[in-house]
Amino acid sequence: MKGRMAIIGDGDGALVFRAAGMDAFRAESGAEAKELLKKLAGEYQVIFVTDVLAVQMQEAIAAYSGAAYPIVLSVPSVRGGNGYGAETLRRYSERALGMDILPREDKKN
Amino acid sequence: MARINVNPTRMELKKLKARLKTAQRGYKLLKDKTDEMVRRFSVIVRETKRLRDETEAEVVRVLRQFSLARGVMSKRDIERIFSMPSVSLALECATVNVLNVEIPKLHLEENAAEEKYPYSFAGVTSEADYAVQAAGEVVSRLLRLAEMEKATAMLADEIERSKRRVNALEYVMIPDLEETIRYISQKLEENERSGLTRLMKVKSMLSERDA
Repeated sequence: MKGRMAIIGDGDGALVFRAAGMDAFRAESGAEAKELLKKLAGEYQVIFVTDVLAVQMQEAIAAYSGAAYPIVLSVPSVRGGNGYGAETLRRYSERALGMDILPREDKKN
Repeated sequence: MARINVNPTRMELKKLKARLKTAQRGYKLLKDKTDEMVRRFSVIVRETKRLRDETEAEVVRVLRQFSLARGVMSKRDIERIFSMPSVSLALECATVNVLNVEIPKLHLEENAAEEKYPYSFAGVTSEADYAVQAAGEVVSRLLRLAEMEKATAMLADEIERSKRRVNALEYVMIPDLEETIRYISQKLEENERSGLTRLMKVKSMLSERDA
C-alpha cells in the first residue's frame, strides 16, 4: 500500500517539510486542527501534528489509536518540544504496566 | 463468590467440568501472552523514548534552520522553494502481526532526484539549502518514530485488554465454576445418601412387617 504523509502545523514552520515530500497544512487552533485531522485521516497514512496543537486535541488523536493506520504523531515546533510526546509515552507505559518505567529527566538549571 | 444458577444434575456437572478445563487453559495461554507482551513493551517503550528525544532535537534543529532561511528571504520565495519536494519519497505502508496485534510497518524508498535542490541557486540563500537538506534527512527518522510510537500505543492497548481478561478468568470465572462444581457434586452425593437411607429404612420396615 502506498502511503502519504501530511503535517498540520500551528505556524509557517511546517512548510519546511514540504521540501521533504509531505503536504503541509496550517491550523490556528486546536479546534481547527481537529477538523483538519478528521478530513486528512482518510487520505493520509502518516499525519504529523505539532505538539502545541496536539495538546489541545488529545481525544481526537486518541480516536485513531485503535487501528494501524493512520498514524498520528506529535512533533515539536520551532520553540522546542513542550514535552507532550514524552508525556504520551509515559501514559502508555502507565496504562500497560501500571506504572511509569521511563527515566524521568531532572529539570535542568 | 457467586454460584452459577444451574440444576444440580450429572449432565450439568459434566458440562461445567468441561468449561472449567477450557477456562483454565485459556487463562494459562492468556497469561503467557500478557507476560510476553509486557516484556516486549518495556523494551519498546524505552527504545521509543530514546528515539523520540533524538528526533525531537533534530526536528527543532531543522525548524530553526528554516526560520533562519525565512528571515532572509521574502515570503513568496519561501513558498515557492518549499513547495517543491527535493526528494520524491515513496512510502510503503504495511502491517506486521506481533502477538496478534497488527502494528504498522513503514518502508521509505528514497528516490533522490538527479538534482539535489529542486530550484535554481540564483534566488535562494544557502540557509534555505541547508533547511531543505536537513528536512529531507529527518523524515526517515520521523517515520521510524511514527511506526514505533504507534506500536507502543497499540501494544499498551492490547496489554490492558488482555490483562482485564486474565483477571476476569482468574478471579471470577474460574472460582465461580469451581464453586458450582463443588456444589453440584455435594448435592449429588447427598441425593445418593438420602436414596440409600430411604432404601435401608424401607427394607427394615419390610422386614419388620414380615416378622
